[in-house]
Amino acid sequence: MTAISDTGAAERNGLLRFLTCGSVDDGKSTLIGRLLYDTQLVLEDQLAALERDSRKHGTTGEDLDLALLVDGLQAEREQGITIDVAYRFFATPRRSFIVADTPGHEQYTRNMATGASNSQAAVILVDARKGVLTQTRRHSYICALLGIKHVVLAVNKIDLVEFSGERFHQIVADYLGFAAPLKFSSVASIPLSARFGDNVIRRSEHMGWYDGPTLIEQLESLEAGEELQGKPLRFPVQWVNRPNLDFRGFAGTVASGVVRPGDRVVVAASGRESAVQRIVTADGDLPEARAGDAVTLTLRDEVDVARGDVLAHADARPEVVDQFAAEVLWMIEEPMLPGRSYLMRIGTRYVPARVTSLKHKTDVNTLEHIAAKTLGLNEIGLCNLSTASPVVLDPYTENRATGAFVLIDRFTNATAGAGMIRFGLRRATNIHRQALLIDKAARTRLNGHRPAVLWFTGLSGSGKSTVANIVERELHALGVHTYMLDGDNVRHGLNRDLGFTDADRVENIRRVGEVARLFVDSGAIVLCSFISPFRAERRMVRELLEAGEFIEVFLDTPLDECKRRDPKGLYARALEGKIKNFTGIDSPYEPPEHAEVVLTPSPLGPQEEAQRVLEALRERQIIA
Amino acid sequence: MTDHKPTCSPLPPHLRQLESESIGIIREVAAEFRNPVMLYSIGKDSGVMLHLALKAFYPAKPPFPLLHIDTRWKFRAMIEHRDRIAERYGVRLLVHTNPDGLARGINPISSGSQLHTQVMKTEALKQALDQWQFDAAFGGARRDEEKSRAKERIFSFRSAGHVWDPRNQRPELWNLYNTRINQGETIRVFPLSNWTELDIWQYTRAEDIPVVPLYFAAARPVLERDGQLIMRDDERMPLKPGEREQVRMVRFRSLGCYPLSAAIESRAETLDDIIAEMLATRTSERSGRLIDSDEAASMEKKKRDGYF
Repeated sequence: MTAISDTGAAERNGLLRFLTCGSVDDGKSTLIGRLLYDTQLVLEDQLAALERDSRKHGTTGEDLDLALLVDGLQAEREQGITIDVAYRFFATPRRSFIVADTPGHEQYTRNMATGASNSQAAVILVDARKGVLTQTRRHSYICALLGIKHVVLAVNKIDLVEFSGERFHQIVADYLGFAAPLKFSSVASIPLSARFGDNVIRRSEHMGWYDGPTLIEQLESLEAGEELQGKPLRFPVQWVNRPNLDFRGFAGTVASGVVRPGDRVVVAASGRESAVQRIVTADGDLPEARAGDAVTLTLRDEVDVARGDVLAHADARPEVVDQFAAEVLWMIEEPMLPGRSYLMRIGTRYVPARVTSLKHKTDVNTLEHIAAKTLGLNEIGLCNLSTASPVVLDPYTENRATGAFVLIDRFTNATAGAGMIRFGLRRATNIHRQALLIDKAARTRLNGHRPAVLWFTGLSGSGKSTVANIVERELHALGVHTYMLDGDNVRHGLNRDLGFTDADRVENIRRVGEVARLFVDSGAIVLCSFISPFRAERRMVRELLEAGEFIEVFLDTPLDECKRRDPKGLYARALEGKIKNFTGIDSPYEPPEHAEVVLTPSPLGPQEEAQRVLEALRERQIIA
Repeated sequence: MTDHKPTCSPLPPHLRQLESESIGIIREVAAEFRNPVMLYSIGKDSGVMLHLALKAFYPAKPPFPLLHIDTRWKFRAMIEHRDRIAERYGVRLLVHTNPDGLARGINPISSGSQLHTQVMKTEALKQALDQWQFDAAFGGARRDEEKSRAKERIFSFRSAGHVWDPRNQRPELWNLYNTRINQGETIRVFPLSNWTELDIWQYTRAEDIPVVPLYFAAARPVLERDGQLIMRDDERMPLKPGEREQVRMVRFRSLGCYPLSAAIESRAETLDDIIAEMLATRTSERSGRLIDSDEAASMEKKKRDGYF
């Protein structure tokens, strides 16, 4: 067959993105190699390289090892496994295809989800000799979770079971029994041999009992592209285009639905209304723009619209919430900790977000729900999240474009988690704060000093409480309203239900931060003395307060000195292994990078250190 | 390009999808980065990328400059094309050549292609990015070009010093690109990741994008060296004993430094001919690039060093 026509394959069915998933030896790479080879996209020089590589690394004896065609990076070529997502391209006279080749083992759930997130269909490989395995279930679950509607069950290596129809039907029945609750729109099962090409592009001569489509026929005919066009309009504004005073356009890609000039639209978050005036492109104005089209809209009225806003039709609006439930897939080594602040990217917007509770995690092999406090790499859990300000969203199952988000680690900027929204928990617009007559400013005027949090952080035994006590005594003598929140004392009451795991430490600090904020609102200077080993949580408290209200005091006392002091005998017990998760011993301490005050042990004693804290308050005009 | 009349026949759906995806990526960079730049290598991919940038911000101009890394060994026709395009579209063009490499007399003939590429392309690029403090750089690379590129991200993170670590790339889900970087870190962005060579030519034809005439077959003087047809673009490339130039109908599938860019014999004089030839051909585009065959997995190695 000719691979492609002159005008390009795609006039008929556009572009199909699909992923292939299978276990290590199911033959994924071989199948993709076969698709490329049989659609004549393997070229002479690539073939020469392939022959060379097959002799050097191949596993198929004298035959070409088609898998080597697709296993790209040097390191994995040497290990013989696929370690990442690789994208491949081929075309037939009926359609263009982009294949995401993703690895099969459990530790690479993350990569499979990455490939699935942009795919409209999945080819799930099963080894005909082995049948449906745990991995098959895992792959199907992840595909369903990521919203893939169309599945092709490719029963591979059918040549190794003598092209047995009985074996094939048995596997298909097993699979359909398992997959029913996953609610795929279509499941097509095809017996094939990637190595020899049976039923991939070329119809097999060995399976007279099979009269269904070949793999390529199935992929060519899938109707998978139109789904988002039937959904309500969502237009996330990406860029405000303002070349001159006469033109103000909102550039973006239509995430779902269709928009036409004259349509009544609202800015989802603010509810402000206008109408679409023009759909501007470099090729002239358009009569309509559909899901996937990158265009620039102008509106009839001067409404306040910025990057991150979402335009929607006035009669089909998305949810605007600051709390919602979502499935979260964790993608970095450092575990997801409820309470910690992450940066959430949703649509064209970044917003700080916290996981307020982890309801359960899901075992990707058995689909069982398991109680858990944290999520580790490649784990998936149902979470409640809360955002710093309301966000515009739809449930993921209703709209893949507005129901997805990623979580970013605020220190390393790593892409830490991927989320699929289940539902909004309450409408932010319905929560009205009680308006109060006496506010912080009024209290400050009465007190004669400004409120603040003095946050003492450092190892156990570094002198936090000692210095904090002296500071409070001095402030009290100056007529300043103070309150002390001490780590040990708080753990006897407010936080008595918390232990010392990373997750509990985060929650401990979150609660203390909220309490400190109330005291600051009352006008007091709050002295908080907590080991608070993680930067993220100290930053979380800082962000709860107004600029200038949080003063971080780092007691930079060396670990050896703290051990020598050991005022409560804790280091001795920790070193004997009698206390677990002890900061500095078997749990880390992350020193502040930009503390307002850094105290190294003074030869003049804690009295001197306290004076430096008081100076810092005077410099900032918190006290006179 | 965009100052032409609107194209009459609508784009085929897959090209329209690719176009929209790329425009979205380009806008994203403009919105999120402090000081982006578009690498412009003068070739057909750069031509498409620039065309997409002009479309992305229409009626405004792209809010970033173009950067050409000039090794001083490009075909003369490429430099003419570059200057014509910059003037025609009114975009700011920056040109950088590695001054150390010039001083050391690095060249593709006596220094060898590997050293020349390292010094005059990779090092030069890093110098330029540092000099102008760019925090994001567009490149026209496509995933279908080469195996290691098939795994490249669209937003590809580089730590300080421009280091690419293929084992530690950010996962890229949906179109929710992670654009966050710390001081000194940069991002390389590949808006043409999902285009194939055929897509590029079909789009170039559909949108009437100007290309360097060297892509079209013409009678040109070439010599045969190591089984490849090389066009001596000036006197700096001496003939070896026994070599002689002869006029043949040739064109180039891929353009770079002239001593490193092999011509193919061809009669394709128009875009239609090129597309027809591509559909019949059985040799991949990078095989005319002499730099890739330097060593096994050479592209991945070059990428780790900071090459595009």
